[in-house]
Amino acid sequence: MKRSSGLWWGVMGVILCLFIFSCAQKEDVIVLGEFGSLTGVTATFGKSTQRGIEMALDELNQTGGMEGKRFKIVVEDDQSKPEEAATAVKKLINQDKVLMILGEVASSRTLAGAPICQDAKIPLITPASTNPKVTQVGDYIFRVCFIDPFQGEVMAKFARNTLKVSKAAILKDIKNDYSVGLAQFFTETFTGLGGQVIAEESYAEGDIEFRAQLTSLKAKNPEVIFIPGYYTEIGLIARQARDLGIKVPLIGGDGWDSPRLVEIGGKALENTYYSNHYTPEDPRPEIQKFITEYKTRYNETPDAMAPLGYDAAKIAFDAIKRSGILQEQNIKKAYKENPKASYLMEAINTPGNRQPIRDALAKTKDFPGVTGMITIDENRNAKKTAVVVKIEGGKVMFVETINP
Amino acid sequence: MSEFLQQLINGIAWGSIYALIALGYTMVYGVLRLINFAHGDVYMVGAFAGFYAVRWLDLGQEPTLFGAVVVFLFAMLVCALLGFIIERGAYKPLRKAPRLTALITAIGISLFLENAGQLIFGADPKFFPQIITKSDVISSGGIILTNQQLIVLVVSLCLMASLQLFIKKTKTGKAMRAVSFNRDAASLMGISVDRIISITFMIGSALAAAAGVLVALTNPKIEPLMGIMPGIKAFVAAVLGGIGNIPGAMLGGMIMGIAEVMVVGYVSSTYRDAIAFAILIIILLFKPSGLMGAFTGEKV
Repeated sequence: MKRSSGLWWGVMGVILCLFIFSCAQKEDVIVLGEFGSLTGVTATFGKSTQRGIEMALDELNQTGGMEGKRFKIVVEDDQSKPEEAATAVKKLINQDKVLMILGEVASSRTLAGAPICQDAKIPLITPASTNPKVTQVGDYIFRVCFIDPFQGEVMAKFARNTLKVSKAAILKDIKNDYSVGLAQFFTETFTGLGGQVIAEESYAEGDIEFRAQLTSLKAKNPEVIFIPGYYTEIGLIARQARDLGIKVPLIGGDGWDSPRLVEIGGKALENTYYSNHYTPEDPRPEIQKFITEYKTRYNETPDAMAPLGYDAAKIAFDAIKRSGILQEQNIKKAYKENPKASYLMEAINTPGNRQPIRDALAKTKDFPGVTGMITIDENRNAKKTAVVVKIEGGKVMFVETINP
Repeated sequence: MSEFLQQLINGIAWGSIYALIALGYTMVYGVLRLINFAHGDVYMVGAFAGFYAVRWLDLGQEPTLFGAVVVFLFAMLVCALLGFIIERGAYKPLRKAPRLTALITAIGISLFLENAGQLIFGADPKFFPQIITKSDVISSGGIILTNQQLIVLVVSLCLMASLQLFIKKTKTGKAMRAVSFNRDAASLMGISVDRIISITFMIGSALAAAAGVLVALTNPKIEPLMGIMPGIKAFVAAVLGGIGNIPGAMLGGMIMGIAEVMVVGYVSSTYRDAIAFAILIIILLFKPSGLMGAFTGEKV
């Protein structure tokens, strides 16, 4: 008898749970999507971005959400592969029916997802894809970082004016849009400033042997080598360059930025510089507050991808708020237009509702982000300053700020 | 001139890695007539075994020669065991099946190891600690040869020579050759064919592990998919030298390494992979049995 009553309570409990869960599903949450490289070769990019976004999300929800609505972000992993990025975006749009999408650091992967967002008219904000082609996909694609022509320009100016060199060599990743773009813009500015690019060599993502390229670069005696690649290869390139007796400075772009860089490169990274979106040494209170919070949460100093993810999410929330679609009367209107809708996301999930979000995003002006004041220009790119940092004693040190 | 010499050194050092992987390929093929496509992935497991050995022994801070040897042997042991398990689990049940079945199983094992590797080790690249302190052996006239590169070359030459001796001079080696000639006749002579095949696999896998640790010594970044390309290229190297022929594998590996480095250094890195397959096509067209392979007439 006793036993059967226990069973009875168990069944009751399960039913109760189911009831609670079914209610939770209909709770009025706003669903956004995120795709990123949580695993794969550039895993730190995706992880850092995701942490930044998570911080922004928790901050919003802990302060009562927006117009009394809580937010949720569905995260899809693309395993650092462009084809998986396309699949992830399709899933977010078709299955999770997200309001808008945040995503991808690597330009080649954002470029795989962007046309799908553009066709579906879902606004996409990339936190860190710097290739100019990304936002040229269409009017629904935005970014909160600077673009490669600017980054290439920054490093060319830095090499010419600060390092005071005139003969540069380039080693680029031929399979990577970002790297090829950066190499091109570097060359343009550097030659414009009276410098000379005396040699250009290339490698492919995933290579581990670079001695052949480095040997032929060394024979030309450059004063600086520009390597616009990702941290996964830079560490080994630096090691092999120093092994071969190349002592000149190595310089690069924001793709270098990862805690893994110094781990792989070690001492070979002394006398190297790269451009970045921010530096943890910047005393601005927004940055310091972000860093303290990030450190308590994840026990690590954030690289640039984390604050960029944070800023992307903040700007997304800001645009949704300014678009007004969550205002009482607009929600009522949405329910009236979609009488079959049983919960909030279903009601507001209409193509027409994305238009005001897009317009609000395009009007973003002087948004105080962690990575600087963000203004979205007419090409949907962010106008921002860049910093140049140096690696010294295994630590990243601030060198100078370069304005657009 | 110094640039060319440096490129030659780069090529030889890089080629000896291919040669080491090719040795395992060629040996398994010689005995079993099976192209073990999982070989490149065993090489990856070898590198990771070395990586974890360094961690457990805590050798990262102060490299010692003894430590390096321990790491090396540990990786070889792990892979020998892995080779044994793969052979017993996947290939032995298919011994009587058509050759194509075994080949497809080999591809299956390869994919299994790649994905299991991503699951267990994580897809993120890892830094392989320096188990031998780097120093320059030659450093004059713009030419630099590091001790690590020299070690790679010397170790692979030694392994090749001892493998050759093992096969030509020992009883087990003789049994291997017998199994390679005619499996049925060998078993009639009292040779335990299963045992010999297992030993072949274990030695082949241990060689792959050696290559894995050596490559991690000069190019210290390892990840679970690192075996795919070297695996294919070493296969080409084995075919180039004459598959089944041990000095041929060494020669093939060297040619591949030097060709690759020269193409990258003097033409373009875009052709890095293309050169390997161009060599494969040319060799198959003009000398299908490979540079050092014996011509075997088709039995009708």
